[in-house]
Amino acid sequence: MKGHRQETVAEPLQQEVRAVFDPESVRADFPALAQTVHGRPLAYLDNAASSQTPQAVLDAMEHFYTRDRSNVHRGVHALSQRATLAYEAARETLAQYLGAASEREIVFVRGATEAINLVAWSFAAPRLAPGDEVLITHLEHHANIVPWQLVCEATGARLRVVPINDAGEVGLAEYERLLGPRTRIAAFAHISNALGTVLPVRKMTELARQRGVPTLVDGAQAVPHGPVDLRDLGCDFYVFSGHKMFGPTGIGVLWGRLNRLQGMRPYQGGGDMIASVSFEGTRFREPPHRFEAGTPAIAEAIGLGAAVEYLKGLDAEAVERYEAALLTTATEAVTALPGVRLVGSARERVGVLSFVMDGVHPHDIATILDQHGVAIRAGHHCAQPVMERFGVPATARASFAFYNTPGEVDALVAGLRQTVEIFA
Amino acid sequence: MSSLTDLYQEVILDHNKRPQNFRVLTGEAVHSAAGDNPLCGDKVTVYLRREGDRLAEVTFQGTGCAISQASASLMTEAVQGKTEEEVQRLLTAFIHAMKGEEAPDLGKLEALAGVRDYPMRVKCATLAWHTLHAALEEEDAPVSTEE
Repeated sequence: MKGHRQETVAEPLQQEVRAVFDPESVRADFPALAQTVHGRPLAYLDNAASSQTPQAVLDAMEHFYTRDRSNVHRGVHALSQRATLAYEAARETLAQYLGAASEREIVFVRGATEAINLVAWSFAAPRLAPGDEVLITHLEHHANIVPWQLVCEATGARLRVVPINDAGEVGLAEYERLLGPRTRIAAFAHISNALGTVLPVRKMTELARQRGVPTLVDGAQAVPHGPVDLRDLGCDFYVFSGHKMFGPTGIGVLWGRLNRLQGMRPYQGGGDMIASVSFEGTRFREPPHRFEAGTPAIAEAIGLGAAVEYLKGLDAEAVERYEAALLTTATEAVTALPGVRLVGSARERVGVLSFVMDGVHPHDIATILDQHGVAIRAGHHCAQPVMERFGVPATARASFAFYNTPGEVDALVAGLRQTVEIFA
Repeated sequence: MSSLTDLYQEVILDHNKRPQNFRVLTGEAVHSAAGDNPLCGDKVTVYLRREGDRLAEVTFQGTGCAISQASASLMTEAVQGKTEEEVQRLLTAFIHAMKGEEAPDLGKLEALAGVRDYPMRVKCATLAWHTLHAALEEEDAPVSTEE
């Protein structure tokens, strides 16, 4: 690289927070982190898209495949029994971790996207008549926009959108104004994937509850950053994906209040979700099985359970303080570079640093950073309305997990310096 | 890391900063087509005006990364005044070259040769060319890199 001294932006941070939480103490748990990319140590800063997986998760899945591999809920043989126990144990682990009233409230799905589609069709659609409203915010990921558009199209309901301010925050007054007599469900992110904004979800669920409006919270970007207490949150549905919280791909969770789930029609029909089938009619099983048609992602559910066990082993409070300090340092260092502008400057922001650079398209930034071993995401982050709101076609997004280090922030900054030089 | 300078050659950076023929064409004889890459949001519209069997004028507008902008700009220069047959031949050769297949010397367009080493960026370089093809064929449906 060029001759000028590479400052370590993060030195004060290192001293300050190493005592609180040392990322080096966990990095060895994540095999994928220990590699070089284009001859440089990997700095994986694309955690909001998908996180890395600890060995404990891989071990749990391998154990299933090498010992217990069989189908669940049907065999009387030993393997099926072990597989069923492991699968249901994962459900209990999730229920306990989230503060669910019962493991029956945990529905295994493919991910947050499937969970939202499930609620849109099985819960919302039967309640929607022409002129009714579905309320979302301007910050949503496409997964929390498109399913609602589809049910609105099918039912004649209207999609209403709570605007955001220049900092990328949802205004509570606007939200309250839009929570109208025709609102049948309000769905919003816990944390924005494009900007990292933390939404005032407790206030939002409370305001909805006062008006009898059920709520769905998209927690995909929240669960990787610390435990979520559903008893405290006050929503009716909470959804997230396993692969963003250090678990496997292809698995996620729909949590729903049991009375809500019990009142819902199945989303898909098939095996394992029925109590009895005849050609005259079929009785469905109780939740959660009613919503798990067919052979589920058994290994992945077990892997997700292992990911939660892994997270439980961390000091959540220390991790939270560490991540906050790392994000602040990264934000300061990146925005100090010439021509760099932060996109989304919410007072409360977690995990995500979204930015643009004058005269340089985010894709070019991402290509140059990749040559430095730094993995970030460039694009619209499946949140095109957010991009439009800020008048940019795309942003560069660095997103962090507890295993990221101040040294990786340095690598990010070094790569961005070279980007500035190339495009000078 | 040296390949970054192969990718971001001066020619590319210049065309990105000061794209040539970056304007809308209007008029009865003008054909245009729109293209986009939904994965990254790159957008381009290519305009052309024929005179006989030659392309008298080719222009573009759009937003995107340096590779897509420079490729579009270089393309408009390369095809200006050529017959349709020559343009089709160049188009095929360019797309072959970007895919790492054998292709004749592309003259000034060789500045984009570095893209071959970045498979994720090849679509950025070829978007304008596919869009030019659509404008030539007078296709109404927008071009997408993902279909």
